[in-house]
Amino acid sequence: MTTVPEELQYTAEHEWTAIEGSAATVGITDHAQNALGDVVYVSIPAPGTKVTAGEPCGEVESTKSVSDLYSPVDGEVTEVNPEIEENPGLINSDPYGAGWLFKVALPASDGELPPGLLSAAEYEDLIRDDA
Amino acid sequence: MTDPQDPPPRRTPLTGVHERLGATLTSFAGWQMPLRYGSETAEHNAVRTAAGLFDLSHMGEIAVTGSGAAAALDYALVGQPSALAPGRARYTMICAPDGGILDDLIVYRLAEDEFLVVANAANTEVVFRELEARAGADGLGSRHAQVTDLTDDYALIALQGPSAARILAPITDADLTAVKYYASYPATVAGCRLLLARTGYTGEDGFELFARPQDASPLWEALTAAGAADGLIPAGLAARDTLRLEAGMPLYGNELGPDVTPYDAGLGRVVKLGKPGGFVGRAALAKRAEAEPECELVGLAGQTRRIPRHGYPVLWDGVATGTVTSGAPSPTLGRPIAMAYVEADVARQARQAGEEGKPGRLAVDIRGSAEPAVLMPLPFYHRLRHRPA
Repeated sequence: MTTVPEELQYTAEHEWTAIEGSAATVGITDHAQNALGDVVYVSIPAPGTKVTAGEPCGEVESTKSVSDLYSPVDGEVTEVNPEIEENPGLINSDPYGAGWLFKVALPASDGELPPGLLSAAEYEDLIRDDA
Repeated sequence: MTDPQDPPPRRTPLTGVHERLGATLTSFAGWQMPLRYGSETAEHNAVRTAAGLFDLSHMGEIAVTGSGAAAALDYALVGQPSALAPGRARYTMICAPDGGILDDLIVYRLAEDEFLVVANAANTEVVFRELEARAGADGLGSRHAQVTDLTDDYALIALQGPSAARILAPITDADLTAVKYYASYPATVAGCRLLLARTGYTGEDGFELFARPQDASPLWEALTAAGAADGLIPAGLAARDTLRLEAGMPLYGNELGPDVTPYDAGLGRVVKLGKPGGFVGRAALAKRAEAEPECELVGLAGQTRRIPRHGYPVLWDGVATGTVTSGAPSPTLGRPIAMAYVEADVARQARQAGEEGKPGRLAVDIRGSAEPAVLMPLPFYHRLRHRPA
């Protein structure tokens, strides 16, 4: 069964983000890793890279396909998962945990969520048609 | 995207079983087929180290029977089925008059006057139509050949892997020590009458079971139960593709197609120019056999983790010299592998320059980035050959 944790925000391109204060952690959803199959390679933006919500910022390759990775938020990459290059299979085994991809420092805001993100319920609706 | 006008994909006698197993299904050549059940890498590794179970019921089965069957097939195909002993099988091809490959096939001679031609799902209709048209067109009296599409009459299950014989032996009446590679026998497996063939598309020892559709589910269950202790798991088309790629086996639509002759694909040995009588494509293929090949099908191994995929350009000193036909991460080698057509000159130069196994001037253009690659001899993977157990 595909899981969609309640506390996360989502994109229509199947990324998730966990926003705490001015930091966002980014990964791809359980639904996405299921659809891709075994992930064998990821390219993620290096620390210091400016990313823009809705713009491609990397790639995820599986046995059968390659897809673009989209940033869910605007900001600057502060950290990448140090395990992920050597062990991209973490994206399959633990997409919301050990399979996280990168962290972004969000621009100063007044505590509002970045626009355009989907709630867990909205994302579930989106993927229901794909199932 | 699927065209809304397309008919819904056909279900095999085992599609319900795959759904119960939670398989990811995919539309392939008009059929709904299991792409994978869990991790395709685990399925691949199971076939290399233990065994895997495949539903191949989408493959086409065409019977060619009658006193003129052998002559009709000698005329229709590039091989010489008339030279097969009953019970034996051969890999062969059907070509257009211009020598282009219409499909690659396995032909089983079941009896003196009875052949079973196994075609790729996407090409079954073309092969059937061509066989029908060519039977009787040879002027050799092969009008006495009946061509019948039996695809719906057969479920095809493949049991592949080093443990295949050990798993099968307790549930069949066949003496597997006597079942040769590329041979087929009528047999009983788990109480089901079927045709048991020692063939496959994985580079491993294994069997293909041509069974009645109504026997497919019980057979699948019986094989699953018989193999559980040995690590047998169901395997989907994703694993089948990486297994055949490691084994250097061509796939129609990738390495083979109507604009490719058997010689281009490095498979000139399947063309029996010396067989008696004419055959469709003979003149073009005889000419092609004499010519210097312009391109060569080579094996490549990527030097980075990025995967060369179908259609990506192959570069030599930064200049396009060919095209990748198939590429995938190789679970066995732990690096990306690919087959590609490259200019014969470049292949020769690369070999002479000792490029085989060493990074140098070869690369694959992976979405705009030249990723270094090395030439590898095909096949990438060769199983240790044992006498059939």
